[in-house]
Amino acid sequence: MLLERFKDEVENILSRYPVKRSALLPLLNLAQREEGFVSEPAMRDIAKVLDLTPPQVFETVTFYTMFNLKPIGKFHLQVCKSLMCALVGSDDLVTWISKKLTIAPGQTTSDNDFTLSVVECLGSCGTGPMMQVNDDYYERLTEETVGRVLDDLARDGDCPLKSGPFMFPLPVAKS
Amino acid sequence: MAQYEKILLKNMEQPDYSGSLADYERAGGYQALRKVLKDMKPEQVIEEVKKSSIRGRGGAGFPTGVKWGFIPKDHPGPIYLCCNADESEPGTFKDRQLMERDPHQMLEGMAITCFAIGAETAYVYIRGEFRLGAKILEKAVQEANAAGYLGENVLGSGRTIHIHIHAGAGAYICGEETALLESLEGKRGMPRFKPPFPATHGLYQKPTVVNNVETMANIPHIINRGGEWFAGIGSPPKSCGTRIFCLSGHVKRPGNYEVPMGIPFREFIYEVGGGMRSDKPLKAFIPGGASAPFLTHEHLDVKMDFESVAMAGSMLGSGGVTVMEEGTSMVWAALRLMEFFYHESCGKCTPCREGSAWLTQILQRIWNKQGREGDLEMLVDLCQSIAGHTICAFGEAEVGPILSTLKYFRHEYEALIREAEATMPRRKEIPVFTH
Repeated sequence: MLLERFKDEVENILSRYPVKRSALLPLLNLAQREEGFVSEPAMRDIAKVLDLTPPQVFETVTFYTMFNLKPIGKFHLQVCKSLMCALVGSDDLVTWISKKLTIAPGQTTSDNDFTLSVVECLGSCGTGPMMQVNDDYYERLTEETVGRVLDDLARDGDCPLKSGPFMFPLPVAKS
Repeated sequence: MAQYEKILLKNMEQPDYSGSLADYERAGGYQALRKVLKDMKPEQVIEEVKKSSIRGRGGAGFPTGVKWGFIPKDHPGPIYLCCNADESEPGTFKDRQLMERDPHQMLEGMAITCFAIGAETAYVYIRGEFRLGAKILEKAVQEANAAGYLGENVLGSGRTIHIHIHAGAGAYICGEETALLESLEGKRGMPRFKPPFPATHGLYQKPTVVNNVETMANIPHIINRGGEWFAGIGSPPKSCGTRIFCLSGHVKRPGNYEVPMGIPFREFIYEVGGGMRSDKPLKAFIPGGASAPFLTHEHLDVKMDFESVAMAGSMLGSGGVTVMEEGTSMVWAALRLMEFFYHESCGKCTPCREGSAWLTQILQRIWNKQGREGDLEMLVDLCQSIAGHTICAFGEAEVGPILSTLKYFRHEYEALIREAEATMPRRKEIPVFTH
């Protein structure tokens, strides 16, 4: 059982809330973190721990866009398509990625490395066009830099271009 | 160009400032919390915040001190504080910077707020996509707990203040305060009817204050320097203090800028933001995030405060200023925003759930040169059936782009429909909208 393996973490999560059901999103997050998606056994596990019925868990999962009900590729490329990114070329970004990986939005590469999705505003509107890959943000992308990101991810599983703590514009250095 | 004193961004702009507890203390951090616990009563803290006239920085702009005052005084409790860090309004990215670069500023504000309203437990509801922000906040809470600024017996005062970080999972509507509470309770994030308001029936139906990250970040400064000082900045009496405005779109220098409220958009866009990115002039701009109706170059001298923007027919909202240059199709812009609203509609209210789909369908047809006579009248009719007929303000928000672009750029819609009628043969069958 998934939650048995993470008993301490589950207990920690449950201790934060006076009402058990509040732990639902954190536990679903745990399940997806470990298995790559929210599986039916995981949902049943969580239902038992929280004294909910499985449909109650399932109905909540379907409301939130970040939970995957099916496995996806190793790296989930989520490109923002909202107006502010679209104004600075997010459609081009989708095209560059599609061309390089030969997949369309909604598809996964045949080696299961990359899944491409278009998503709504990621809270990075001043540094678009940008995308989220799993836990990391990659901002101010060009055709060249996104190519580099995809190559680095495929080869090393990580890329130094990912964003650190956000500040934009950077303050002008005082001389 | 005028140099404005930075208050919220001051620490993080110092070289080598890491946002750690040590750095924050060196910059004078947690002095306000000490002062509050040692020298002030909760009612005095609420008075000071009322004196500052600070209004919520999330988008609705409700006076913060007044909101705190709504918590019933003799309630057995428990009372809760929720910090709204769900920042999902397109065009807005200021809370992310505040959380990731200077997390203790907002945590200190939350601790002071807990003291003022009598809460022992607070939750930061941070959007699920901000993984780095959540990690940074968790670490900051641990630092504060270890140093005695949070936890049991804060700074020896006998007070308990626990702050927990709770991540969302991708739902714009969970930024609406009652939807946030529903989501925190582990349910689908659908807004509740108001009244009753969260102040009396909030989290778990207990008295709750929900405040935005930037609002919280201002509280230590109001305590340190006084409510009167804050009320003197910006555009008193109704729009006091500074705001972090988020500039995006076709400008030279997009990004977060902290300026006093009341400067004109012209100064903000052309001086602070460096002006347009190319030689194409400004065509239209959104003053306050995707929910705010469009304004045109005729409104550049409008002042960036709540009343002035409202009088111009829009809203200051979340402070996300998006600039569009000549050559941007307003129909396309309205369609992009409408697709966002359609995607994010929670589905509870029929006018919004069905209306957003229908509006998107019509706009898509018009944009794809399949518009027909009667479409524009239908758009207006639908908008009027949605706005004012929903449980939450999402209904008003989603009709803003269409109604404002129709108001100022109707000719673009008409041109596309004329093009459609000229090139398309009359169809007998009705196009099917697939999700």
